[in-house]
Amino acid sequence: MTVIDYLSATLLIGGAIFFLAGTLGLLRFPDVYTRLHALTKADNLGLGLMITGLALQAETWASAGKLLLIWLLVLLAGASVAHLIANQALRKGIRLWKR
Amino acid sequence: MQTLYFALALFLLFNLCAGMWRILRGPSIADRMLAGQLFGTTAVAILLLLAQATESPAMRDVALVFALLAAVTAVAFVQRAWPDLEEKHDSD
Repeated sequence: MTVIDYLSATLLIGGAIFFLAGTLGLLRFPDVYTRLHALTKADNLGLGLMITGLALQAETWASAGKLLLIWLLVLLAGASVAHLIANQALRKGIRLWKR
Repeated sequence: MQTLYFALALFLLFNLCAGMWRILRGPSIADRMLAGQLFGTTAVAILLLLAQATESPAMRDVALVFALLAAVTAVAFVQRAWPDLEEKHDSD
């Protein structure tokens, strides 16, 4: 394994940890808004780290660019979707969680 | 590296199985949709890992379609499919 391999393995495992955190948050958090918070962590950072790790291994610049574009699409979609769902949940009268 | 790719893909697949619990239980329809969104993102990650592991670049295009469809699904859900009568939100 070369230095690049170690670096990308670290990034991939880091991304997997964020996915685990996102899933755990989705299972454990008490209401829609807090679950939304857990979900966007997995979307942005989990997939971001994974894609960086995979882009280091990509054979051509074109495939690395495509990976980057996938991540940008997911970032854009994730942010808009989180906003839409939270906004609509407030309008439908889902109460905020209080201890 | 091949082994790591497959191991991580399997790990993410287990994550998906754990997330299934939230879809089954709810309690509100929005919670189920959120779990669906997480499935979409995780599926993208799994497909990208498998594309690298099996050296089949076409899987990257499948991942791109998954990312696009996940976004469209959520917007359609918010605009059209969210019923007005929300179930009681539990407080546990």
